[in-house]
Amino acid sequence: MTRLRFLVAMAWRETRASRRRLLLFASAISLGVAALVAIGSFTANLQTALRRETRTLLGADLAWSSARPFSDAVEAVLDSARAAGIGVVRRTLFSSVGYVRRIEGRSRLVEVRAVGPEFPFYGEVVTSPAGLWDALDTGRVAIVDTALLVALDAEIGDTLELGRGRFRIAATVSDVPGHMMGGINAFGAQAYIPERFVGETGLIVFGSRVSYQALFRFPGANEAARFERSHTRLLDSERLRSYTTDDAESDITESLEQMSQFLQFVSLIALLLGGIGVASGVGAFLAGKLETIAVLRCLGARRALVFAIYLTQAVALGVVAAVAGAAAGVLVQLMLPRLLSDLLPVTVQVSLEPEVILSGIGIGAVVAVLFALRPLLEVRLVSPLEAIRKDYEAAPRRPRDPLRLVAGGLLLIGVFAITMGRHDDPKIGLGYAGAIIGSVVALTAAARIAIWIARRLTSGRVRARWPYVVRQGIANLHRPRNQTRAVVTSLGFGVSLLAALYLIQANFLRQILRATTESASRPNIVFVDIQRDQVADVLSRAESTAHGAMQVVPMVPMRIHSVNGRDVPTLLRDTTGRRPLRWTVRREYRSTWRDTLVPTERLVQGAWWEGDGSAEAVTSGGTRVYPVSLSTDVATDLKVTLGDTIVWNVQGLHVATRITSLREVDWASFQPNFFAVFPTAALASAPTTWVLLMRIEDARERALLQRRLAEAHPNVIAFDVAVIARTIDRIFSRIAIAVRFMAALSLTTGALVLLGAVAAGRLQRIREGALLKALGATRRKLSRILLSEYVALGVLASVVGIGLATATAWAFTKFVMEMPFSLPAGPLLAVFASVVVLVAVVGLTASREVFRRTAMEVLRDM
Amino acid sequence: MLRADRLTKVYQSGGRPLTVLNEVSLSVEPGGFLAVVGPSGCGKTTLLGLLAGLDTPTSGSVILDGNDLGRMSEDERARLRAEEVGFVFQTFQLIPTLTAQENVQVPIELGAQRHRGTEARDGAAARALELLERVGLAGREHHYPSQLSGGEQQRVAIARAFANEPKILFADEPTGNLDRANGQRIVELLGQLNREMGTTLVLVTHDQELAAQAGSILRLRDGRVVA
Repeated sequence: MTRLRFLVAMAWRETRASRRRLLLFASAISLGVAALVAIGSFTANLQTALRRETRTLLGADLAWSSARPFSDAVEAVLDSARAAGIGVVRRTLFSSVGYVRRIEGRSRLVEVRAVGPEFPFYGEVVTSPAGLWDALDTGRVAIVDTALLVALDAEIGDTLELGRGRFRIAATVSDVPGHMMGGINAFGAQAYIPERFVGETGLIVFGSRVSYQALFRFPGANEAARFERSHTRLLDSERLRSYTTDDAESDITESLEQMSQFLQFVSLIALLLGGIGVASGVGAFLAGKLETIAVLRCLGARRALVFAIYLTQAVALGVVAAVAGAAAGVLVQLMLPRLLSDLLPVTVQVSLEPEVILSGIGIGAVVAVLFALRPLLEVRLVSPLEAIRKDYEAAPRRPRDPLRLVAGGLLLIGVFAITMGRHDDPKIGLGYAGAIIGSVVALTAAARIAIWIARRLTSGRVRARWPYVVRQGIANLHRPRNQTRAVVTSLGFGVSLLAALYLIQANFLRQILRATTESASRPNIVFVDIQRDQVADVLSRAESTAHGAMQVVPMVPMRIHSVNGRDVPTLLRDTTGRRPLRWTVRREYRSTWRDTLVPTERLVQGAWWEGDGSAEAVTSGGTRVYPVSLSTDVATDLKVTLGDTIVWNVQGLHVATRITSLREVDWASFQPNFFAVFPTAALASAPTTWVLLMRIEDARERALLQRRLAEAHPNVIAFDVAVIARTIDRIFSRIAIAVRFMAALSLTTGALVLLGAVAAGRLQRIREGALLKALGATRRKLSRILLSEYVALGVLASVVGIGLATATAWAFTKFVMEMPFSLPAGPLLAVFASVVVLVAVVGLTASREVFRRTAMEVLRDM
Repeated sequence: MLRADRLTKVYQSGGRPLTVLNEVSLSVEPGGFLAVVGPSGCGKTTLLGLLAGLDTPTSGSVILDGNDLGRMSEDERARLRAEEVGFVFQTFQLIPTLTAQENVQVPIELGAQRHRGTEARDGAAARALELLERVGLAGREHHYPSQLSGGEQQRVAIARAFANEPKILFADEPTGNLDRANGQRIVELLGQLNREMGTTLVLVTHDQELAAQAGSILRLRDGRVVA
């Protein structure tokens, strides 16, 4: 007992005069814990809220949707449901170009959501002015997204023209239940109109993309599932998509989980990098304690006791840092719902999640101790002799310590245990652990390499050419017991997050915007759903403003009827490896006909047909079989190759084809690309809509043409590349908020590790500074030396971070997004410069003491 | 060369004033060799710090080569040190991240701010090598301090002290951390350089034997000159 008391007392006393410094080392852990606790708790709160409000997500208990108008069979089911007391309401989604007549030259792509009188069954619609949702039941009104008013420069009370329909804008709306069920046009601003006026708009014509939906409300629990089950066959034969509240909930919780897992993954890496900072700080702290330890040993303390004293300190430190982190995490959790209220589909009530908090504290403390273990082990090896030896004598070579390996092993096991404990599926847990360890290893390896290169570049002859202050500053990075690697690693991680996010976003947007920026001949506006009798008029109206050639592409909607003589149900029942992926046989194909290849595709197998393809069409068993060309990706998923036959259902008529070529398609281009391309002979007489692609330089002229076409041909939908880019940018920036937050957190962790490193090397730095002053260095020179040191440190961290980010972003762009990669130098330089400035400012501020102390210190025993 | 007039230094220790140096006066002629001796804690090191302008006295004045240190700013004093003063310390005080040669170059480069350029730098390197050769360390110029023995480190420190051809050299217990033989070598080296280059030498030591080689001796006890 007295032994234990001595141990604790010693451990406590031993931290005198360095408690603040020790806490600084440990604070690198706190941030990681704070992030884990905040994210974990908030996710748990959000899930609770979602579970409570799950019906709001759908606005109903069950929803069916179809790309075609409901058949008589479906209508009959709806009627009998109504008769059985089940609430049924319709919703129809389609696109339009909306405008207000009194405002010249403006129009905006709209996703029209036509809803029946009882919609939504659940949840509340918030309109502004308030309480006007019911106006849809009685008047010829529209309730619209605020973005639409802004885009049209319109006001409440204006008349919105949608096709031939005219609607008084009664209110704006921010949050309508039921948005969890598929929209059809992500680029359109939303406008709600009464369902009964759909026909009047005249917007639903051949080729229009429409989602017909029926929403149900059941009087009792579990009835939705029963109702769904009893209509499985109908759903299948009618190609209806059925959506329950569970689907809506799992959809959103899945994306929530993914986001949360990604954020926690980043937090864990930040935590581990903080751990490296702790290890490095503890190592430096102990290096200053060697004499004390030797004295303790001289006085008769046994190795185990000495080790226990410092281990106790490490445990206490880890717990304090983790508890502080958890407290900060809870504070953030309390603020999150208010900050994110606009983005969340439900109202989140904050409650403490003890499990999350305790596990955060546990993880933080364990990580701190495990990382501190390796430097701590050195304590055991300090010989009592060192107390009487002078420090200039080279420290005796310490024997290789097998326990260091054990400590490393414990660390690995710890990481695995933590990630496995957080995921139910051991495979995913292993994957995350692997990814975390891989990231940390990659970061430390990159840091090592960069430091090694820096050392090579600044030694010997090369170094001799540089100004003295720079040489001295860079040499400082290699001072004994330096923490350059820990600082570069942790800062590098923050930089890499920031830069990778930026690179991926920039490459994606650049690809989209290529049309407006890169080449003057690429189209920047597209009109779709042009009917056969509208083509000539649309072209003549467009001609005057067009810059360069206009491109008119026919489009024929169709489905697959059979492949190699087997129809779709048979294909899907196939149990051998030849079963096609579901999407390939269920989807509606929009195919084109043409007799040449376009620049965005490349023939990789087979041969293109001659002329209009009629020469190559063969007659077998009384039907004409035409050649067809598929894109490689759809051919792979459809499990077909050259020579296979596909029969297409083109608006009820069967068209038989044989695959004669495969194309590789660059989908990322802003061009109409097709899974299946037919020869002219096969489709020229099929029901067709046309797409017009053109380039109009002037944004105002682009808007004018859209408006003129909207008035003359309301069913023709315009996609302006600028609008699309803006939408994608907005979606990106929502994700970006989270990633930027984590990047800021990692950078702060890095800054804390840097502060810890400066604090750890404090005495050495002051001594060096005093020495240089004694040798005649002015404060200006000293500051330049320190500046060079921190600038070099910042450069190293930026190089490591940007290098890794470039590699990651390149791989992601190339293999996941399958787009060409480019490196935007300007913004990366800005990231580079700001990190260098950050490091220099933090470093110099933390080193103020070096300037303040007099040169006299060098003569004193320090 | 160096004159101190009634130097007094008072430190605050635990809230009470502690007089470390009490009205110490001295003077050294150019090329002279003064040894300051006394038991530990008598104020030797404090005196050395004041004489070299590393610290400022509570009262009294120091004139170093015609410069009144009391009237100079910290940076001006630093510049003066860079150009006219050399230092040898008890604990050598080499910069661990620099090689032997680079350590010797530091004062040259600190003093050479007005004639920079490759030429000056090459000159610095050549001079450093020459000095290392003179202290018997030819061939060890690329070693880091940790790769050198204590005696070798102190010889590097001496080479550094003479690198800027100082008019005056301060040595603080230069042999304190060395064994007899190495200590002897260092003293001989200092004496030789003092004679050859005409450098004024101020040596602080508690070693009477060492002090006996000086031209004049100043004995300190409890912050006062005793003889």
